[in-house]
Order: sequence, then structure tokens, then C-alpha cells
Amino acid sequence: MSKPLQKRRFPWSGRWNGAIGASALALILSSCSLIEIEDAPLSAVEPRGPFAEQIDNLFWPVFWVAVAIFVIVQGGILFSIIAFRDRPGRKEPKQVHGNTKLEITWTVIPALILAAIAVPTVSAVFDLTECGDDAMTVEIIGHQWWFEYDYPDLGIETANVMVMPADQEVCAVMTSDDVLHNFWVPALNGKRYLIPGQETTLRLQADEPGEYWGHCAEYCGLSHSLMRARVQALSPVDWDAWVSGQQAEATEPAEGTPAYEGLLLYQNLCVGCHTVDYGPDSEFTNIRTDDLYRGPNLTHFASRNVFAGAYLPYEGLSYDDALEQWLANAPEVKPGSFMPNLGLTQDDIDNLTAWLATLE
Amino acid sequence: MTTTASRPASTIFRRPRATEGFWSWITTTDHKKIGIMYGYAAFFFFIIGGLEALLLRLQLAGPNGDFLTAAEYNAMFTTHGVTMVFLFVMPASAAFFNYLLPLMIGARDVAFPRMNALSWWIFIFGGLFLYSVIFFGEVVPPVGIEDAQGVVVSGNIDESDQTLLGGLPDGGWFLYQPNAGPDYSPGAAIDFALIGLQILGVASLISAINFIVTVFNMRAEGMRLLRMPVFVWMTLVVAFLLLFSLPIIAVALFMATFDRAFGTLFFQAVGGGDPVLWQHLFWLFGHPEVYILILPAMGIVSEVLPTNSRKPLFGYAAVVFAGAAIGFLGFGVWAHHMFSSGITPVAQAAFGLATMTIAVPTGIKIFNWMGTMWGGRLKFNTAMLFSIGFVAMFVIGGLSGVTHSIVPSDWQQTDTYYIVGHFHYVLFGGAIFGLFSGIYYWFPKITGRLMNERLGKAHFWVQFIGFNLTFAPMHWLGLQGMVRRTWRYAPEAGLGPWNFAVTIGAFTIALGVAIFWVNWIYSKRKGEPSGLDPWDARTIEWTIPNPTPAYNFATPPVIHSLDDFWHQKYREDEEGRPVRREDADDLVERLDHEGRNPKSKIHLPAPSYFPFIMAMGLPLIGYGIIYHTSIVGKALLVIGPLITIGALIGWGIEPLEEPEDPDLHGDGPGGELVGAGAS
Amino acid sequence: MADTFEIEEGADAPEHDTGDDHHVVHESTGIDNRKLGMWVFLSSEFMFFGAFISNYLLYGNRDFDSVVPRDIYDIPFTSISSFVLLMSSLTMVLAHHALSTGDQNGTKTWLMATALLGSVFLGGQVFEFYEFITVKDMTLTSNPAASAFYMLTGFHGAHVAIGILMLLSLFGITRRQGGLSEKHGMNLELVGLYWHFVDIIWIVIFTIVYLLGAA
Repeated sequence: MSKPLQKRRFPWSGRWNGAIGASALALILSSCSLIEIEDAPLSAVEPRGPFAEQIDNLFWPVFWVAVAIFVIVQGGILFSIIAFRDRPGRKEPKQVHGNTKLEITWTVIPALILAAIAVPTVSAVFDLTECGDDAMTVEIIGHQWWFEYDYPDLGIETANVMVMPADQEVCAVMTSDDVLHNFWVPALNGKRYLIPGQETTLRLQADEPGEYWGHCAEYCGLSHSLMRARVQALSPVDWDAWVSGQQAEATEPAEGTPAYEGLLLYQNLCVGCHTVDYGPDSEFTNIRTDDLYRGPNLTHFASRNVFAGAYLPYEGLSYDDALEQWLANAPEVKPGSFMPNLGLTQDDIDNLTAWLATLE
Repeated sequence: MTTTASRPASTIFRRPRATEGFWSWITTTDHKKIGIMYGYAAFFFFIIGGLEALLLRLQLAGPNGDFLTAAEYNAMFTTHGVTMVFLFVMPASAAFFNYLLPLMIGARDVAFPRMNALSWWIFIFGGLFLYSVIFFGEVVPPVGIEDAQGVVVSGNIDESDQTLLGGLPDGGWFLYQPNAGPDYSPGAAIDFALIGLQILGVASLISAINFIVTVFNMRAEGMRLLRMPVFVWMTLVVAFLLLFSLPIIAVALFMATFDRAFGTLFFQAVGGGDPVLWQHLFWLFGHPEVYILILPAMGIVSEVLPTNSRKPLFGYAAVVFAGAAIGFLGFGVWAHHMFSSGITPVAQAAFGLATMTIAVPTGIKIFNWMGTMWGGRLKFNTAMLFSIGFVAMFVIGGLSGVTHSIVPSDWQQTDTYYIVGHFHYVLFGGAIFGLFSGIYYWFPKITGRLMNERLGKAHFWVQFIGFNLTFAPMHWLGLQGMVRRTWRYAPEAGLGPWNFAVTIGAFTIALGVAIFWVNWIYSKRKGEPSGLDPWDARTIEWTIPNPTPAYNFATPPVIHSLDDFWHQKYREDEEGRPVRREDADDLVERLDHEGRNPKSKIHLPAPSYFPFIMAMGLPLIGYGIIYHTSIVGKALLVIGPLITIGALIGWGIEPLEEPEDPDLHGDGPGGELVGAGAS
Repeated sequence: MADTFEIEEGADAPEHDTGDDHHVVHESTGIDNRKLGMWVFLSSEFMFFGAFISNYLLYGNRDFDSVVPRDIYDIPFTSISSFVLLMSSLTMVLAHHALSTGDQNGTKTWLMATALLGSVFLGGQVFEFYEFITVKDMTLTSNPAASAFYMLTGFHGAHVAIGILMLLSLFGITRRQGGLSEKHGMNLELVGLYWHFVDIIWIVIFTIVYLLGAA
């Protein structure tokens, strides 16, 4: 056993491994440039508001610094692999034990880079935390598995779609009704927890009118992945229209219509959890003030383009079909759902659908 | 002799004698056998955790997947995390610690051999306990909060969701409260996770104490602290991390268990509890845990790179102190896992800065590894490939880690696939690549054979490519808004193509692991005999024959320098290049011969039944706590402790040594009482 | 479950070496393996109680609808039981001292006194719990502050109970003449270390939780 074994057995290994290694790394690097894909509404790198933009401006410089370090380190490794591989005639290496100057260098330089990064980081943390003085307050309450949005100054209570004026800061004051949730609309800001028994705030602002996608980002139980959010930013005109629309009471459907049958079904089956405001004089008005479990306020259900935690409908499943599936067997669509399988007939479903369409 | 002479050789408690076969494994106190068992158990759980990952990837291969139910998906990512962290990487590291630590410091065994066996048995019983939930779990919907009239609205489960896999724990490996609390995760599954982790923690705590005392007290003559191999140093740092972080998670687990079993209100917001407290406690343990997972691999790489570069480790002291610094700083950064939890901006800024500082010692290590390779004469065996792969991949994980210390940027990235990509680069590209490197490198120590290099290289390249295909796109998926722990994603979200690529990558990794498996089985039987020193190594574990004899060192070594074995073989010429001494070949031959033929009788720690029995009591207590309301549960709460305490008493009064078996060493009269390093 | 292992294990000491091979089991630090092991274990225990104490500090001062510990402490009573536990540390030292002077009977007496004082303390804690639960109506599940109080003091009580068992197990060793003097009296020393630790932790708990926490 006089000579190390592997030297005898694999004289070719150095060259090949170097080549394969180089091409593999090249593949990784090139794949990084191929990442531009189709439209991604949840993208965190396409900011659409000042706060997300501030984060974006912080991320990319750091990213490119990281890329530079990446290139230096991987380049050094690749160079070593190629230049210092064992090959015939290569002398034994000098037994270098270290170099204090080098050690100090690669301690100090990263520390300086980090110090440079630290300054804007700290100031951005404080900038982005405190809501502005003229921000509009929206209360966001997390439920398993949907977001409730309350506008205390406007007397509006809605769900799944959060509507806000464009180019105006919204201060989201958030809490949770059950477990931890995490409100995240990547185009507008980073994410923030919703904590039961506590209050957190998040600044939101969209530069332009448009629809922005969101998602609950904290694992919150069975159907966490279906707990999503939509934010609609409206122009001033549309915003005013929306507000007055939401402040209006719902109109009762005419007796004898399918919608009216649906309303009666609602009265029997749904009032345990849901609210519809038909005005103070209507027998159908059911405004919930207790601490019982609450489902979304349905008064303006039809004004929202998504439901069931903004999960439905999705591409390939139309609004009507989705609503039908949802009413037929909610727990199958959304496992663990607090809305049970109500055992509805097709007629019931049609009637309920007709009634829901009246809730604009 | 004072001790053992005065301890009567009890006739009731004889110490077991088997040195081969089933009972020898049950009763062993030999650190090598324990290490091997740890290794096989870890690999078994690696396969399970890997299969769970493949199921996850099948579900996510396209948008709105329906391969798994939501309950199954949630259970799979939870058990995948728990398995890979607690049942694979930690025991795999423990396998290396057990097998190598005494060999590297020139000891015959660890300080407390029976406690070592105990920690192994507690570990395996804890792991089996955790997975036994599959017989008890069921899919349960959350229960809403009771209102003033005592009315409770509960979630609903469609019958098709009631599946076997769905009954496994589903709270995420971090078991965030109150989702994993009594209201929102009724049923027993989470209890199994909490108590299982508690049991595993006991195992780790015992071995941490054992390793610390071993390193401090059992070093061979001349093995000063700063002559210890870096792997030993990293073991020591890991042991201290375990020592100080495990009690914190033990407290947290106790509190959560009491919340669920006995109605305390620590994390239940309804009763005034604070769910965020759980996060603080969990991550106070959880972040050191990250270094518990990665530092052993760093130790392995610090052994493999110098040997195969034929140069000493560049900046030995710097690497050692950087490792210690990482361990130390690791306790001060836990809240960076909670940047989006609404902690005060001051805290966020402070923890962000603390997190940045950790990049400095990490960078030092990486640059020193590069310095080790620089100017060397690199031998690209499989172990070396995995070590280089470790450095290259870990750098990526480290750099993406720095972007998390940019707190506002972390608000975007946390809880997305960006994080998933990041920590798999650290834990898979880092820890697991390092562990594989160690397996290829030290395989001869266990078997006396080399692993097949052709299969080994195939394994490396397949796994390397599969790894990058799996985890690199995850960064981009995260930036495109794919949240973590998501059972489905919307077709409109544009996440499909890269998810498909990731799934392909996951199966490529599986192929790589399968190649490794074949290689292991093949090489164990038919691998080329390694001889004593296959790698022309530097450290003293290679001065003894392969496979390692039961007694490790026939003659206790005396250490004269760092990389002692190398300096026995090589001197340096005036240029500082190594020149093999004329008598080096003779030395290797002589070591092999002497190592196999000890001059005198060597006394080893006697085997014992009691670690096995004592460990058996703990899962019974666990079942007892979970089912404490039933009569069986109450009975188990009595039986479990009785078994453990009974074993403890037996442990205390069993003779330190059995009368010497005359056949064992072929010399010495039978019936003579001897006791060396007993316990 | 950080407290589930006993000190009887890990009996490895340098003087075991029989001299019939060249393997000298030496302890590099000069500290007995078991003693070092106990120190290392106790350092972990500090973190264990540290976490419980922090937990109490977080909840102990909050207001809840139900009775909180700070309103119902019986400081004179607890002071006395604390004093009893403190005295048990003294008797432990005396036992150790008696052993080192070869006074086997004295050792046994002081050990028994230590176990007794420990039991008195434990009895006091049981009485305190009983009174809090039945008279003051504060149970484990009343509120997080109560939960934190019972968990902290309860786990400390469990440690005291284990310590008493350890003390009693020493009497098993004294069956043999000179049994306690084996290995330089290491068995007794280990129990002593553990006992003093449990005492020190109680001093901290008494100060922080009771004295500073009282309303």
C-alpha cells in the first residue's frame, strides 16, 4: 500500500470532471437568464406602487453584488479545478498553512460590503413600517380561509376583493379571527402577519388603477393554498361609484322569481354565518354583531369577480360553473371549509345562483 | 482496580456478551456499531423523506394539481421537513460523530459508552414513535371558537379527503401556533409530532453531553485542542449548540403539549396567550439548529479538501474560530425568521444587522477552502467532487441568505419558494453534499473497501444536475409569487413551466440517490480493498487498519502535530514541498500489522441491555400522554416510567464488567475481574 | 424531558485502568468524566429554566379576567420553604465534608437530613398548589400567567423530587462498607452538584417570580 490508490486508478478523472463541472455551472448561469416567462400576476419583482418599489430598489443592488461575489467564488473554484488538477508532471504543492493578510482581507471586505448594505436597509425598515398621516384605513381580518376587508370610515364590509383608490395610501390595520395569516400583495408591498389578538399594520399603495393579486403567505391549515386575495385599485371616479354602490342596501327580488326562492333558501340555510343588508325595514336583513363564526358579507356578492377566498373562478373554470360547484359541495372544493355540504338539489342551486346575481 | 473489585459481579445482572449477531447490536456500547446503526437509520429515513418530497413534486408539477388531497399535501411537507431535519441530517451527522470522533482524537471509545447507546435507542424509538402516527392519525377539520353560548362551528371534510397519508401531522415542521394548537388541529397527529420531537431532543441532548466530555477528556496524549481535526472542532461546536438550544425547544414543546393535552393557554389567543411567543422559542432553537445541520458537513469538507488537494487546510485556526463564531452568532439571529411577523422596527433592524454579521465568518470559511485548493494537486475522487460541490452550492445558499438580511426584501421573499430554494441550497447542496462526501471518504474505515468510483461519479453528476434543476428555479418561482406550503397554485400565476422543471429535477435527484444505493450495496461486498491509507490521508484515523478493529487503537497514539499522520509520512524540502520519507511505506505496513495485532489484552466497554430497555419506556410515556384520558393511556403512564426507572436501576447496579471470557482474546485466565473504561 | 437521566450512568474514571495494557485512559482536562458531564448537563438545565422563567416574565405581569399568581403569593410561607431548601444545601455540604473526613455515619445523617429538608420543601409546594387551586381558585388553565407559574414551579418541583430520589439512591451504595468513598466520593459529589443547582435555580425563581413579581 505504498501509493495512494486513486492516482493509479483514475488518471483521466481530472480533465473530465473539470469539463463536466464547467458546463454544468454554465448551464446554471444561462438558465438564470432564461427566466423571463409569461405574465405572473403575483410577481414580487414588478412593483406597482411606491412601497414595493422601494423594496425592489433595495433588492436588486444587493442581488448584483451577490452575483459579483458568486462569479468571483465560482470562478475561483473553476480555475482551481482546471489549473491545479492532478496531472502527470505536476509537482507536489507547497505546504502553505495560511496567510494572515489574506484572512484579514476576506474578513474586512465582506464586512465593509455588508456595512454599506446595512444603512439603506435600516432606514427602509423604519420608512416602510409607519403608516402615513393621510392614509385611508382598511381593516383586514383573516379567517380560515378568506380575507375580510372593513372600511370603518365608510361603513363598508366586504371580502375577497379589496378595493382601494389608486395613487392613495391605504393603511391596512390587520388582525386574525383564528390562526396566523399573512397578507401579501407582491406588487404593492411585502407581507405582514395577521395575528389573533394582536394588531399589525401594512402600507399599501398602487400607482395606477388595476387589479393586483395577493395570497395568504403563512401556512394556516388545510386550505391555506386556496386563501388568496385580489386588490382592485380604482380611478377617483370609479372609486366614488364603488363606495356609493357598496353603501347601498340590497334590493329584494320579486316574489315568485327564482331569485326569491333563492332568498328563502338563504333565509333557511345561510343566515347562521352570512350577512345580507336589505335595509332596516326588511325581514331578510341579518346583520351579525355577535362573536359567532362569520362567513363573508354577501350584500354585494355579485360586485366581486371572485369568491371562495378569491380561489374561484380560475382559468379553465367559468364563474357560473365555479359557483355551482361551490354551492353543491364546498368542502370538496375547499377542504376543511366552514361552509358545509348543504345537500342542495340542482333547483336549489339554480335558485341560489339567481338570487346571488341580484346582490350587486 | 479499586472500583470494580469492590463491585460484586452480580449474579442477577450479567452483562451481555454477544459480539456478533442480533444481540450484539441491541446491547452494543461500541461507538462504531452505534455509528453504523445511526447511519443506516438515517439513510432509511432519507428514503422516506425523499419519497415524500417526490409526492409533493408530483402534486406541484402543474397548476391546480390533484395528485394529493390538501390534507395529504400538508402532511407530506410537514413530515418531509421533520424527517429530513430530525431523522436524516441530524442522525447522519451523529453517525459520523459516533464513528469518527474517538478515532480522530485517538480514543478507544466515547466518555460514556452506555449513554451513547442510550441516545441511539432513544433516537430510533423517537423516530418510530413519530411515524407510528400513521396508525392513529385522521384528517380533522379545524374547530371554530366557542362563543358565549357554547356554540361551536366546525370546518367540514369531504369523505374523499379522509386518507391514510392525510392523517400524518400537518402543522408544518415549525408547528406554528395556534394552527397546531388544540382548536385548529384537533386529533392526535400534532401530539405525535410534539412528543416525538421531545423524545428526539432527549437523544440529542445526551449525545451532546457525551461528545463534549469526550472531546474535552478523551484526547490522546499530545492531541491539544488546536491539533484536533476541524471535523472534531465542528462536532464540539454542534454539541454546544445542541446543549444550549435543545432545552429551549424542550420548554416550547412542553408548553404546546400542555396546551393540547391539559388546556393551558400559552399560545391560545382566545385565552390571552401569545402565538408569537411560540415563534420566538421555536426559532431560538431553530436557527442554531440550522448550524447544527450544516457544521458537521463543513467539518467533513475541511478534512476531504486538504487530503485531496495534498495541502494542509488553509487557515486552520481561522476556520476553527469562524466555526465557533457561526455557532455563537447563531443564537442571536432567530428573529430573522419572523421579519414579517410585526415585531418592532427596532428589532427588525437589529436582527437584520446581526444576520449580516454571520455572513462574515461564513465567508471566511469559504475563502479558506478555496485557499486550500489553490495551488494544490487536486485529486478528483468522488469524495472530493462532493466537497467541491458543497463549496460551490453552499456559496449560492449563503448569498441568497444575505438577501434575507435586507429586511424589507425579506418581507417579499419570506414564506415563498425563494426561501425554499435558499435553504435547500444550504441544507441539501451544503449538508447533504458534505455528508455524501464523508461517506465516500470514510467508507473504507467501516468496510475496508473503497466505494466504486465510476458509480460514485455517476451519482455525483446526476445528483448535482438534478439538485440544481430542482432548487435553482425555486428562487425564481418565489420571486414570481409562489408561496410556500401551497397545495395548489393558480393556472394564471405563470408558475407552471418552472414547477414542471423542478419536478423533473426532483426525480433526477432520486435517480442519483438510487445510484448511490447500488454503489453502497455493491462496494460493501465487492469493492476494491482499501488497505490502510487509501487517500494518502493526513489525520490519525487512517493510522489504524480498515475496517476499524473493535479496540480502535492497538497502541494509544501520541500526537506531535496537526495532521500528525501526514507528518509521519512526509517531510518538506527547502521549497516547502512535501517529500515522502523513505520509511513511509514501511510505516504504513507496520501500522497495519500492529493495528491488527495488539500486544496485550484490551478491555472494551461491556455491552448492556439497559440502554435499549430504558429508551423503550419513553415512547410508552408519549402514548400515555396523548391518550391520557383513556384507561390504556393511564396504564401506559405508569408502565412507561416503570420500565425506564427499572432500567435505570439495573443500569446502576449491573456489574461494570463481566468475568473475562477466555475465548474472547485467547489469553488471560477466565474469571478475572477487569475494568477499563467501563460504563 | 431534559431531566430524565440519572447520574448513576457514565462511570468512567481514570483509576479504573488495570495497567495490563498500554492504554492509559487519562482525562485531558483532569476533571472526572462524570463530573464534567454533570457540569455540562447543568449548563443545559440553566437554559431550560431560563426559558421557563422568561415565559413567566412575559405573562406574569399581564392582566387577565381570572386570578393571576402575583395577587395571591403568600410570601412569608414561601420564604420559609425557600429557607428550608437553602438549608438543605448546607446539609449537603456537611455530608460532603463528613465523607471527606471519613465519617461514614455523619455522611449518612447529613444525607438523610438533606433529603428530609428537600421533602419538606416539596410538601410546602404541594400545599401551596393545593391552596392556590382550591382556595384561591387559580388553576393550570385559568390564564397564561397561571399556566406559566405552575409549569415553572412544577418543573422545578419535579427536579427537587428527582434530587431526593438521587439522594436516597446513595443509601443503596452505602450498603457496602465504604461504598460512598469509591471513586473519590464521586457519586455523592455528583448528587451534590445537582442538588446545589436545583437550589440556586429556586433562589432565582423565588427572587424573580415571587419577590419582584408580587403585586
